[in-house]
Amino acid sequence: MSSDTHAHPSYGKIFLALFALTVAEVIYANVPLAKVYIVLGLVFLAVLKAALVALFYMHLRFEKVLLAIIGFAPLILSIILILMVGADIRHIHP
Amino acid sequence: MISPVMSQSTAPSYDLGNLGIETRKLGMWAFLASEVMFFTGLIGAYIVLRQAQPSWPLPSTILNIPLTAVNTFILICSSATLVKGLASAKDGDKEGMQVGLFLTFLLGALFLAIQMHEYDELLHGRGLTPSGNIFGTCFFTLTGFHGMHVFIGVLCMLFVFIKSLRGGYSPAEYRGIEIVGLYWHFVDLVWIILFTILYLI
Repeated sequence: MSSDTHAHPSYGKIFLALFALTVAEVIYANVPLAKVYIVLGLVFLAVLKAALVALFYMHLRFEKVLLAIIGFAPLILSIILILMVGADIRHIHP
Repeated sequence: MISPVMSQSTAPSYDLGNLGIETRKLGMWAFLASEVMFFTGLIGAYIVLRQAQPSWPLPSTILNIPLTAVNTFILICSSATLVKGLASAKDGDKEGMQVGLFLTFLLGALFLAIQMHEYDELLHGRGLTPSGNIFGTCFFTLTGFHGMHVFIGVLCMLFVFIKSLRGGYSPAEYRGIEIVGLYWHFVDLVWIILFTILYLI
């Protein structure tokens, strides 16, 4: 389904969700928890916000899947690269 | 140049490629794919450098988190005003479209102004420079390249706003706003990630 034919999504609700998630991020970053939980929680919130923008503001929810594959396939390759180099750094600084 | 196949109907009908996707939109997504590689390369380098540096400073002790949270909110607002502008263009609401595009331009410029103020504060107030230490190098490289993208987006937004004032868009022809919008939302998406990894973690 193309973005030309779908009804407008509720942009107001998406905006409020993004605002609430940003506030939640700032608050959560100051919660006295172990670093690993802070990092995981913040990454989860950031990915959630990014997904909302991509799905609704960039209309990927209503587009052909191929567009998402074209746009975000390099992300997979980059993550592999980061993990491989990161593993090497751990080898240097065990 | 690809022109829309106009008909008596107000519904737009564009030239579609073999993939069934309008060619300008496909082109923008291919460009965004290269941008994904660009930014993930930079973010990847930041993560690796941070891992390699045992004494990485806590960002909240150097950076102004409340100010940047406000700036993040401004960029989110700009994405919202842009989708409203696009929706108005599709609905034939000329005034709504122009207001949406102008507000997006204004909010983008405000984001840049606040970023410049932040840079001034860091460079002259706190002594954080791009060449001072690895934290400063990473910070200014990532936020600088993002800011450059916002600047280009602001110029594009000014272009589509002026075009909208001249009657360049209608319910049958709004693709220009949508294509620029994809770029703008992508820049917003990148900032969402940068705000988390640079400022909060």
